[in-house]
Amino acid sequence: MRRHDITLVVNGVARQASVPARRLLSDCLRHDLGLTGTHVGCEHGVCGCCTVLLDGQPVRSCLTFAVSVDGHEITTVEGLGGDGDSLSPVQQAFAECHALQCGFCTPGFLCTVTALLRDNPAPTDEEVVEGISGNLCRCTGYQNIVKAVHRAAELMAE
Amino acid sequence: MKPPPFEYHAPRDLDEALDTLARLAERGKVLAGGQSLIPMLNMRLTAPEHLVDVNRLAELDTVETEDGGLRVGALARHSRVGRAGHPLLRQALKLVAHPVIRNRGTVVGSLVHADPAAELPAVLALLGGSVRLARPGRTRDVPAAEFFLGPLESAVEPGELAVSAFFPALPPGAGCAFLEVARRHGDFALAGVCALVTPEGHARAACVGVGPVPIVVDVSERAPDWAAAARAVREAAEPDDDIHATAEYRGHLVGVLAERAFREAAASAKA
Amino acid sequence: MTTQLFGERVRRREDPRLLTGQGRYLDDLGRDALAVAFVRSPHAHARIRDIDVSGALDVEGLVAVYTYEDLPERLAEPLPLLIPHPALTHGRTAHPLAKDVVRHVGEPVVMVVAEDRYLAEDACGLIEVDYEVLKPVVGIEEAAQGAQLVHEDVPGNVGAHMVQEVPAADGRSAREAIETAPHTLAFRLDIERSASMPLEGRGVYARWDGSDLRVYSSTQTSTSVRMAIAAKLELPLPHVEVIAPDVGGGFGVKIMHPWPEEILVPWAAMLLGRPVKWTEDRREHFVSSAHERGQVHYVRVGFDDEGRVQGLEVTILHDHGAYTPYGIIVPIITSTQLLGPYRIGAYRVEFSSIYTNTVQVTPYRGAGRPQGVFCMERTMDKIAQYLGLDRAAVRERNFIQPDEFPYDQGMIFQDGRPLIYDSGNYPEMLRMVKELIGWDSFDKRPHTGIGLACYVEGTGVGPYEGGHVQVTSDGRVHVSTGLTSQGQGHETVFAQIAATELGVPIEKVSVVTGDTRRFGYAVGTFASRAAVMSGNAIALACRKVREKALRIAADALEADPGDLEITEGVVHVKGAPGASIPLATVAVLANPLRYAFDEEARRATQFASAAAPDRPPVAEGEEPGLEGRDYYSPVRSTFAAGMHAAIVETDPDTAEVRILRYAVVHDCGRLINPMIVEGQIHGGVAQGVGGALYERMVYDSHGQLLNASFMDFLMPYATEVPRIETAHLETPSPLNPLGIKGAGEAGVIPVSAVLASAIEDAEGLPIDRMPISPAELYHLRQSRDG
Repeated sequence: MRRHDITLVVNGVARQASVPARRLLSDCLRHDLGLTGTHVGCEHGVCGCCTVLLDGQPVRSCLTFAVSVDGHEITTVEGLGGDGDSLSPVQQAFAECHALQCGFCTPGFLCTVTALLRDNPAPTDEEVVEGISGNLCRCTGYQNIVKAVHRAAELMAE
Repeated sequence: MKPPPFEYHAPRDLDEALDTLARLAERGKVLAGGQSLIPMLNMRLTAPEHLVDVNRLAELDTVETEDGGLRVGALARHSRVGRAGHPLLRQALKLVAHPVIRNRGTVVGSLVHADPAAELPAVLALLGGSVRLARPGRTRDVPAAEFFLGPLESAVEPGELAVSAFFPALPPGAGCAFLEVARRHGDFALAGVCALVTPEGHARAACVGVGPVPIVVDVSERAPDWAAAARAVREAAEPDDDIHATAEYRGHLVGVLAERAFREAAASAKA
Repeated sequence: MTTQLFGERVRRREDPRLLTGQGRYLDDLGRDALAVAFVRSPHAHARIRDIDVSGALDVEGLVAVYTYEDLPERLAEPLPLLIPHPALTHGRTAHPLAKDVVRHVGEPVVMVVAEDRYLAEDACGLIEVDYEVLKPVVGIEEAAQGAQLVHEDVPGNVGAHMVQEVPAADGRSAREAIETAPHTLAFRLDIERSASMPLEGRGVYARWDGSDLRVYSSTQTSTSVRMAIAAKLELPLPHVEVIAPDVGGGFGVKIMHPWPEEILVPWAAMLLGRPVKWTEDRREHFVSSAHERGQVHYVRVGFDDEGRVQGLEVTILHDHGAYTPYGIIVPIITSTQLLGPYRIGAYRVEFSSIYTNTVQVTPYRGAGRPQGVFCMERTMDKIAQYLGLDRAAVRERNFIQPDEFPYDQGMIFQDGRPLIYDSGNYPEMLRMVKELIGWDSFDKRPHTGIGLACYVEGTGVGPYEGGHVQVTSDGRVHVSTGLTSQGQGHETVFAQIAATELGVPIEKVSVVTGDTRRFGYAVGTFASRAAVMSGNAIALACRKVREKALRIAADALEADPGDLEITEGVVHVKGAPGASIPLATVAVLANPLRYAFDEEARRATQFASAAAPDRPPVAEGEEPGLEGRDYYSPVRSTFAAGMHAAIVETDPDTAEVRILRYAVVHDCGRLINPMIVEGQIHGGVAQGVGGALYERMVYDSHGQLLNASFMDFLMPYATEVPRIETAHLETPSPLNPLGIKGAGEAGVIPVSAVLASAIEDAEGLPIDRMPISPAELYHLRQSRDG
């Protein structure tokens, strides 16, 4: 099968991979580049676990071919925090508000919410719920995720 | 749930894309946003021999005003088009899946996919818009009424690329509304109605999810008796049963939503 | 004890890793592993005539293809029947790969191993299986008629039949009590199928090094998977280790084991001498794991003018799908937990567990309780309506009173032990939930309704769990327990318990769960049992360690152990902070050494030690090291309880249901970490909302699952879940040292009942079947209005 040499700028670092055209971006990140923080929950674009930022915009990495985004910038959960172990305000708020349980959906939520708050730093309750409405969580009932989004907005405003 | 193998083409400009598609004809399939196509590939419900990826064609990533309406290029994503100032498109796009899907999915791709439960075909049909199809050396504009042929079936012929769609402006002073009932927020609608009412009393509606193609009904003769107008829309709908709802309930919804949509559209029309 | 962390909202210690993408879930492991995919039956019921794998052999990267014919003796046997029961007279389990007949869509037929999953799926697509399609048995009532059989040797499709009967105090049977009661009602209640549906599917990854097998599985019981693998692959137990890594949700489905894949993947790894991994995809999860909830209930109840129940008779048809690997736990739980917080005069319950050509049924969070609570709470509402009484008042009149505990319901529970409630305060709980929702001040308007439901949940079932606690010479405390974690925050709550018991800062405590290398004896994480079972076992192990630490410290400080306490990791004489010794040093002294490897260790070597020369360095009855192991094995379950209330609004035109308020009062005894308990309740309620209004498994008459995707199996998003208001009541359990009760399943249990109650109130229509969709509500209205 023909392979394509691609370069993805992942979390600020140019990474090369040689992939068949059908390689999903989710699999490329996880298995070719070893960034397993991006999770795969349905592979048909509904659950949102695999959400990453593509040139800053949240997209489903399971509904994107790696080869299609050759040359583009990708941010995954591994790239959301600062240097070392420091957490981003969104990550910090999720910890403070107990917005995760099993943690499997969490990377998708974190990417989605990071972009949401960048575009709308003080969302209303309705805007928060709408903003995360494409991500499934089976553990938390979303109560504390909604709280965490507001808390992250507060942290970012400080 | 991994896609089957395919031969991949990544044309750098429109001419190359058109040449590639023309050469591949039936064997080629266009990949734009991929938000409908890739799930089908992952489930191996389709296995095209060749995929022609148009994501590098920056010249198709356009949203331009034309005759007061919007011409939307084949690479314009839902999220961008939703911000372009067309009131009905803005309302409709809020109902298309979820924000993350709208960041990647394209408006023209949705039209070509021709899912009868999708919102954008109904908008195009209601406004009497068109889709521009190109092949090397030839371009044709297909009006909405002739574009949607059946469920997941559009007028795009093998070897053709849908390069843009034209959404006419609302008539002066017209009001519009797009209402639907979905099981969950962002799901395909059980039934949906978009309505357009002009200050002069022209009124029409297009239905979603209750027929093989978007059903457009002109109810100008009944306006402003919106209950009667809604009955006319309901009579035109051809709903089916599925696992989420019965045909009877869907028909009922069309009536309810049509009346609400007409009232809302009429209220927002400028006298 | 100054390091009081028990009961605090301590932030989760798992979170930093899970928030930064450093979690390690099954598919994050084994980058070098071969990938497995399965050819699964496309038919609900068929005989396999022939399997032709030749088409797949040319696929590049194909490594191996296995069918039933390839399986060695032990693997060729049917999979284990995990929980045998005398009433399960016709238990049947599947083979790891189908032998002759497939009995549901999704049953594994051929196993393919390839260099990656894409290639494995390519190969699967090229394997031809020739089936003789047999007539499928779909639908519980059709199955119960027995015209077509799922298993040729199971007459009537009845796998199990069981009757339990509790006579009234005067000795009358339930039937007599009902017949002589002033009022009787009879009705049918239905609950449809749903499923656990964790966002991470199942998965198995195995490595074989020639003598030892290491298996990772996304499981709720690593110890039992280990024993099953050792038995099936005929390996000595010490040569098999099983680890549950980070697990992306379980909700019951992952307590089922061994899955065919849990045996086949290690087997292939041994045969091929290469690491092998199978990661379940979503479509596989829908058709080849397990579902739950599908039951039909026929209820007859007799009651007096006040609404007091005098006799209750319930007949249940339980759809257990194609096989019964997990026995009949679900209908047993329905039968027993149906009684809820009530004293029912006389009770008779009978169930038939029926085979159908659908995915097998094993417990899903709640495990039969949502169905039982639906029965009892609908019954209470119907009594209230019949008598024109307040629904809350009818419940209150039937409550077991606080002074009646322990209360013996006279039945045998799912753990084989008597159904005796240990503690509770139901009248107070009702008062609290009425106040929280505003029951008495509810302003009833058209198309709004209020509902209420109560439940009692047996939690913390045995037989046992264990804990091991080791203090190392750096002062760190290493806790391990055998049961697994799937998001419950065990690393945090068990650390809270250990820190509190030992008097050390929580930062010094680390917790490992579900790793048989660290702890080999365990049962698993299910039945809301982890905190009760392992929590108490860890507390007991800590107490052993503490006692030993005080003994050693007392020697060193020349004090009486009774005068010592441990705070902030330092043992000191009460009231004399100067006389102290760090726990780290105690750990050093606890292990007499010959060799020093650092400064601390020098203090324990044979020439440094002040040990009496006429006594052995390790005293009789002592062990080296500051560690302890203990087990908690309760005489019976502890009974948590809860009451939920909701206000709904129904759209008069579209029949959509909107939940305006949702209130929960919950009693799980003493709370270890209220933040985590509330999180468990939130998640449970959301799953309950899914089960009540959105989720169902839709099979057609051919046995095809029509909605095997997240597009059509409607798990709620944030937009579908209401804000949940919670309040706690704490009635400690007298049965265990910590006074705790389980909390994991609670939230989901009464949701269908409470929403049915509220919708019924809004609509004035009997709601006897859940879930309910807008289309169904619309049709109920249509039938009423003619």
